[in-house]
Amino acid sequence: MTSTYRYLPDTKQDQEEMLALLSISSTEALFEDLPEEIRLDGELNIPEAVPEPLLLKKMQQLAGQNINANQYPTFLGAGTYDHYIPSVVNHMISRSEFYTAYTPYQPEISQGELQAIFEFQTMVCELTGMDVANSSMYDGFTSLAEAASLAVAHTKRSKVIVSQAVHPESRAVLKTVADGQTYIIEETRLAGDVTDLKQLEEQVDQNTAAVIVQYPNFFGSIEDLAELKKIAAAKGVLFIVSANPLALALLEAPGNLGADIVVGDMQPLGIPMSFGGPHCGYFAVDKKLMRKIPGRIVGQTADDQGKRGFVLTLQAREQHIRRDKASSNICSNQALNALSSAICMSALGKQGIRDMAQLNFEKAAYMAKRLKEKGFIIENQAPFFNEFIVKLPLSVKEANAKLLEAGIIGGFDLGSDYGFENQMLIAVTEQRSKEEIDQFINVLEAVVNG
Amino acid sequence: MVEYNQLIFEVSRPGRVGSSLPVSDVDKINLQELLPKHLIRQEAAELPEVSELQLVRHYTALSNKNHGIDNGFYPLGSCTMKYNPKINEDVARFEGFSRIHPYQPVETVQGALKLLYELQEDLAVITGMDAVTLQPSAGAQGEWTGLMMVKAYHEQKGEKRTKVLVPDSAHGTNPASATVAGYKTVTIPSNKDGLVDLEELKKHVDSDTAALMLTNPNTLGLFEKEILEIAKVVHEAGGLLYYDGANANAILGKTTPGKMGFDIVHLNLHKTFTTPHGGGGPGAGPVGVKKKLIPFLPVPRVDKDGDRYVMDTNHPLSIGRVKGYYGNFGILVRAYTYIRTMGPEGLRQVSESAVLHANYLRKKLEPYFEAPYSQVCKHEFVLSGSKQKKLGVRTLDMAKRLLDFGYHPPTIYFPLNVEECLMIEPTETESKETLDAFADVMIQIAIEVEENPGVVLEAPHTTVIGRLDEVQAARQPILRYTKEKHKETVKS
Repeated sequence: MTSTYRYLPDTKQDQEEMLALLSISSTEALFEDLPEEIRLDGELNIPEAVPEPLLLKKMQQLAGQNINANQYPTFLGAGTYDHYIPSVVNHMISRSEFYTAYTPYQPEISQGELQAIFEFQTMVCELTGMDVANSSMYDGFTSLAEAASLAVAHTKRSKVIVSQAVHPESRAVLKTVADGQTYIIEETRLAGDVTDLKQLEEQVDQNTAAVIVQYPNFFGSIEDLAELKKIAAAKGVLFIVSANPLALALLEAPGNLGADIVVGDMQPLGIPMSFGGPHCGYFAVDKKLMRKIPGRIVGQTADDQGKRGFVLTLQAREQHIRRDKASSNICSNQALNALSSAICMSALGKQGIRDMAQLNFEKAAYMAKRLKEKGFIIENQAPFFNEFIVKLPLSVKEANAKLLEAGIIGGFDLGSDYGFENQMLIAVTEQRSKEEIDQFINVLEAVVNG
Repeated sequence: MVEYNQLIFEVSRPGRVGSSLPVSDVDKINLQELLPKHLIRQEAAELPEVSELQLVRHYTALSNKNHGIDNGFYPLGSCTMKYNPKINEDVARFEGFSRIHPYQPVETVQGALKLLYELQEDLAVITGMDAVTLQPSAGAQGEWTGLMMVKAYHEQKGEKRTKVLVPDSAHGTNPASATVAGYKTVTIPSNKDGLVDLEELKKHVDSDTAALMLTNPNTLGLFEKEILEIAKVVHEAGGLLYYDGANANAILGKTTPGKMGFDIVHLNLHKTFTTPHGGGGPGAGPVGVKKKLIPFLPVPRVDKDGDRYVMDTNHPLSIGRVKGYYGNFGILVRAYTYIRTMGPEGLRQVSESAVLHANYLRKKLEPYFEAPYSQVCKHEFVLSGSKQKKLGVRTLDMAKRLLDFGYHPPTIYFPLNVEECLMIEPTETESKETLDAFADVMIQIAIEVEENPGVVLEAPHTTVIGRLDEVQAARQPILRYTKEKHKETVKS
């Protein structure tokens, strides 16, 4: 009966003493209230326990069956990016006082986490140019859907317009969320590589709660938020911008261009790609929406001695108080990843984040220029950040297969989501060297000419 | 210890850096030439400027002001604050898991897909379900995902049902998730034994009932003995049964929600399956379903085609996507590692031990606190501070007093149907010595309430900060740092 499992500390004697206090002879007595019909007759049919050294090996083998960005340079972006993460980030989030804690319900013994979130909220406000940010959301996609729901609840209107230049997965999540509620989604088509302003103008009406755009958009192109805002503002529509926080280091803050809600994902700043998650949604609003923001928020206050401290605040908005009257059901969030990005932003600092964004602009511009020189067509008409579309004389699938043979992970195929046949979305971050870029182009050239 | 009370922005000095970036090896570009002026940032974001050591000192100092499971006992009811194994952390950081892109060709991520596929299979066995989606990011998102499937299921049959039933002891996320999925919530009262009142349930179940959401054991830590009868009542009316897996730590290898008659289950991997709570997340909330609901599962689904693992999006009845990509993969890796560590017997022992610990601790505390329910409990139990309240000391005060002894307090004032509630979940990973020491402190506090209530009312005495003014925080919210405000506070 004594356990041999390292996470289970009870010795035979411990168990006997505990059972004795309860005046029972076996733990079975504690499960007697389970009806006979529902009890399992044997053990669970899952693989047997594996000792630690062996398990480490097995997991290494499993990880080894994947090709990672350290082995093959990757040119995939489309919402998830291979960026440099300072070593200090992993060291600090590995402090178990942070990662083995839960939501800071007891502020007196959670000041570390609370202050770190308060600082994170401040950094998000700084980058986005907004007044208030929450402690994080699941990811950029769900964050965008929550923004739409907030807009519907706030304006009491029932239509949300989303540009097709917004990430396809964002729009897919938005559609699922809207299905559960009572609002409808209308998409605005593209005019080349940006949102079609003319169609948007026709779509926006008195029943429109929000217009949602992405900045830079899914194709890397930088939408003119000022023009988009004019259209939204004419009908009192909330303007929601989904923004890449790294790009905001050099792009004008959405808050200064009329955004009412800014959402996105902090993944580019300190969070590993990790096959798509966990990442970290952020959510920032104009102060008029402060009391409608979903999720946890940390505020500054003082203790009975007047000493500065931090607490979870404005909780009257949340599900554990409002229950079925709550407008969002979010409970746990992505606190540890918010911490990662706060540490990364602090490491990069005021100038470093600008330098990193500049490198991204330059690497992508270099690659696009070189491709053009080789006769490839770059589809972006608008200026772009670290991503752009290249048109190939063959299918993206074929091109990517050749690139893979050469030890390169190629770009994103725009065929399935947009029907843009033979068009590849290429991301070039500061991680990609000139040499890697040149090699990519050489392989592509060889394929085309070969 | 020297007290540290600085924000990173206050440590910052212009010109300091905490990282190094590569020098550009390509042509410079001038943004002024690339972009119209109004799209170029005019004022730099005020991010901190600190050296790497300053950064390390800052966050180390913050971590020292935080209590995690590694610091000490954390019996937060319904949150299953068990030990977070270190190997899980190592494995999740392998580059083959952490540095792979979600859109890589499937042949370059076969290891990741295999892991997801096997985890789906294991969780299906553990819950007694026929298929599992790993996409939802957290319990609440799992609930909503499940309810969206409930909706799709009924709609497919041409029915439009509007009600979701939840017991009064349910987590707040249950009714909130129902609302977000477009349902009305009807609350079912508990009976005097703390269980679902079957007669009350029968009154509310009808052809408009989409589903009943239930935790079993419930949030009082009690097993719903009449579960098969409950399931029958709901099913006969054409409704579905939803299992909130927040309390699954009590049933591993003993029974399954499938055996109990549930149709849909979510699990909180950050509770039962040891993935760290991270200070509030990220977690993961996979959802399992019975066969009849498989067509509605979110896409993409991880599937197997011969020896090859694939992503499958071709499911026309699917509710669609609930989250980006394939779920919180890094968390799923940790849970997989844990399940492999424990195996079937290990998981069964987890629940047996968790339940033994809860009953033992309750037995020790019962003479000193009101215990509203006398039957055997499962992995957690509730006490009421009603006795102490009569003496002028509230549960909140006792919780604060626990901080002085290095314990994270239990969940308090929840469930809502118990006065001055303390909800205690010791978990299986704590030693008997820890349980005994905690019991001794609880008993000491109960005695203090009678003999020296001041010491409890004024607690905590040993923390870095005293009780904080939450009313002020909500009335005059300060939700970010600003230089100007800081100057004002310095002046005053």
